[in-house]
Amino acid sequence: MEHIASRRNTWFAISAALLIPCILALAIHGLNFGIDFTGGSAWEIQYTDSVDTEDIVSVLAANGLPNSRVQQVGGDSEHRYLIRTAEIREGSAEKQKLTDALATLGTLNPSGESLNTVGASVGNSIRNRSVLAVAAASVGILLYIAFAFRNTQRPFLYGIAAIVAMLHDALIVLGIFAILGWLFDVEVDALFITALLTIIGFSVHDTIVVFDRIRENLVNRAANSFEDIVNYSIAQTLVRSVNTSLTVVITLLALYLFGGSSTKNFVLALLIGVIAGTYSSIFNASQILVAWETHEIQNVFNRILRRRQTPSTTTRAA
Amino acid sequence: MLGLIVLLTLGSVWVALPGTTLDVGGFKERHPIREGLDLQGGLQVLMEARPADGGSVDKSTLDGTRDTLERRVNALGVNEPLIQTRGGDQIVVELPGISDPEQAIAVLQQTAQLEVVDPAGYSLAAGMQVQTSLGQQREAQNAAATPSPVASPASSPAPSATAAEGEVGPVLGAVTPTPTAESNANGPVFTTIISGTDLKDAYATTDQTGAWVVAFELESGAAEKFYDYTSQHIGQQIGFVLDGTVISAPVLRNAISSQGQIDGMTATEAQNLALQLKAGALGVPLEVVSSQTVGPSLGQDSVDRSLIAGIIGLGAVALFMILYYRIPGMMAVLALLIYTAITLALYKLIPVTLTLPGIAGFILSIGMAVDANVLIFARLKEEIRSGKTLPRAIEAGFDHAWPSIRDSNISTMITCAILYWFGQFTGATIITGFALTLFVGVAVSLFTAITVTRTLLRIMVDSGMIRNKWWLGIGRVEMQALAGD
Repeated sequence: MEHIASRRNTWFAISAALLIPCILALAIHGLNFGIDFTGGSAWEIQYTDSVDTEDIVSVLAANGLPNSRVQQVGGDSEHRYLIRTAEIREGSAEKQKLTDALATLGTLNPSGESLNTVGASVGNSIRNRSVLAVAAASVGILLYIAFAFRNTQRPFLYGIAAIVAMLHDALIVLGIFAILGWLFDVEVDALFITALLTIIGFSVHDTIVVFDRIRENLVNRAANSFEDIVNYSIAQTLVRSVNTSLTVVITLLALYLFGGSSTKNFVLALLIGVIAGTYSSIFNASQILVAWETHEIQNVFNRILRRRQTPSTTTRAA
Repeated sequence: MLGLIVLLTLGSVWVALPGTTLDVGGFKERHPIREGLDLQGGLQVLMEARPADGGSVDKSTLDGTRDTLERRVNALGVNEPLIQTRGGDQIVVELPGISDPEQAIAVLQQTAQLEVVDPAGYSLAAGMQVQTSLGQQREAQNAAATPSPVASPASSPAPSATAAEGEVGPVLGAVTPTPTAESNANGPVFTTIISGTDLKDAYATTDQTGAWVVAFELESGAAEKFYDYTSQHIGQQIGFVLDGTVISAPVLRNAISSQGQIDGMTATEAQNLALQLKAGALGVPLEVVSSQTVGPSLGQDSVDRSLIAGIIGLGAVALFMILYYRIPGMMAVLALLIYTAITLALYKLIPVTLTLPGIAGFILSIGMAVDANVLIFARLKEEIRSGKTLPRAIEAGFDHAWPSIRDSNISTMITCAILYWFGQFTGATIITGFALTLFVGVAVSLFTAITVTRTLLRIMVDSGMIRNKWWLGIGRVEMQALAGD
């Protein structure tokens, strides 16, 4: 079997190659926040026949909603259109006026209609609470891992390694959605935050299984060096990791391909996250443990710190 | 243990079976599967309290407002409505399966401020727009704050208080007032005696003579205030004002303390007035900050698609498990079916509102349930390879797999708890539904993986059904190696 742990720099490089475009996309374009975060309305209407999206846009513009975006959703034969625009209130005279105007384009099916309106103040508080939720989840998991691994030499190292791997997965999902938002106008909603939190849970779930093996092999002194113990543990859990991910990926793929259109992006985020989570638990989280134990991480930090200092004071410590 | 599992399975299957199949004593009828808005269509409104004085709302006022909304919604005849306070100043109303969201919103928006005013010698009539001392305060506040589209009773059908002069009995009698030109928009400002928060209850009923009246009840503190006023103004008119519009202006017959009646109207008028008084009992004006309506056909479409996706996903996972792990794989699939039955039964009993992401959470939890089995089987193989006998390998496999199953599932449960909390704040049952389904799923999978799979495997081994280790997914070469040991 390939020695996975000794090639850790390759795995870190692959992660970095994935992360750089993700971070760039996030920094340059950012996420396309949906109405859950910005406020506004998402109005889905259904016609009995095909209607040109441009026509819907101009009808809306003529009725006081100039910056609406209209998109066909669902299958071609369903004639469903999603309008994203400023706040429209359910039951308001304005909405009635808009409905009447849209009905001039074709026959509307009232039972296929949905309207989601979010006030701007609500949107802001959701954004703040999302950040809080992710932070709370991280702290909760860190503490639990530190507790579960309290018998090892460095319980918090395991917690931190798991959190780093988790952030890696979250960043990849965020980055890919930033890219999708950039290229295909994909929006991020409250459901996306749900997906992100689930990925965090899954990523840690996967990492813990590998760590648990390391813990056990350390007790049994299954190999001489820490590196070999980690490698042995990964080899033991590899089949399980891949199989588990496969079953989750199978179910998610089924949901993605056959499920409703409203959960497509949600399922896609989960899919990306699960795959990233499997990679990071094998190739990142455990390798961070090794890199720490072999003082590689400390050396990198030391070198950076030394460079910051004046060259004259540089003394090489053993 | 096997007996317990069989009992539990049968019970769960019975509860989980759709409809009222084999129902006993209406138990299943009382525990249907709850479908969320996105599945059956309906309306969700998130409303925020905007107190008249610009300050904050206290909990009891918000709770009272929620109760009032609940009575209103019940009057609409919606199945399983959900009215909850959220945070310190929000109320979320969910009306599943409602066919006319516009009408429902109109009913909710009628909720406005009720005041009882002193006409100060003016003659009041239903439908008149008047200014009140409390209303003036509120306007001053609103002008300072952002112009909020507070619920307006634009279409409130004010019951006409025209009626025959009452005889004996009723405390209040409606008269036919003659409006005067003095009561225009810039006219007098009437003093508010009591307001909506002071009203405990109002309902339509009949008096001894069989005539329709609206009976009302006041909170104890207000009763005193009201008695002081009414005892000094017997024989004069008194004005019931809902959001600046007079809805009734009867003449006082007696002094009133905690209980009173308004008479002189038809059955419909009495019911409408009672409803309006109760609606007016909302102590705090509400503003709609977000709303969501889903058409019924859209919801049905989602259910169908998710169902198909779920069946395909489950089938594919079952196939994979059987091909890769053979006999244990089959045991795992059986455990998975039991798992599905128990989980669905729990959804009905708790009850968990099933939403689209909730279904996704359930399907994801299937994946995690499989994981527990995968972990156990991987261990089982290792133990057999290390030369243990089958029964001992099974026990050792389970014991060694347990810590990682426990730790990984607890971390998922931590995430679920945080998600649930997050969902509570965002006002989206969509997220709480997902968190709850995933949590229940993970908890049940801990149970089924450890008890069900283990018991099934033990039985298989004890009965001598597994002789060949090939059935446990160990290759021929490995078997020869084992035989050589």
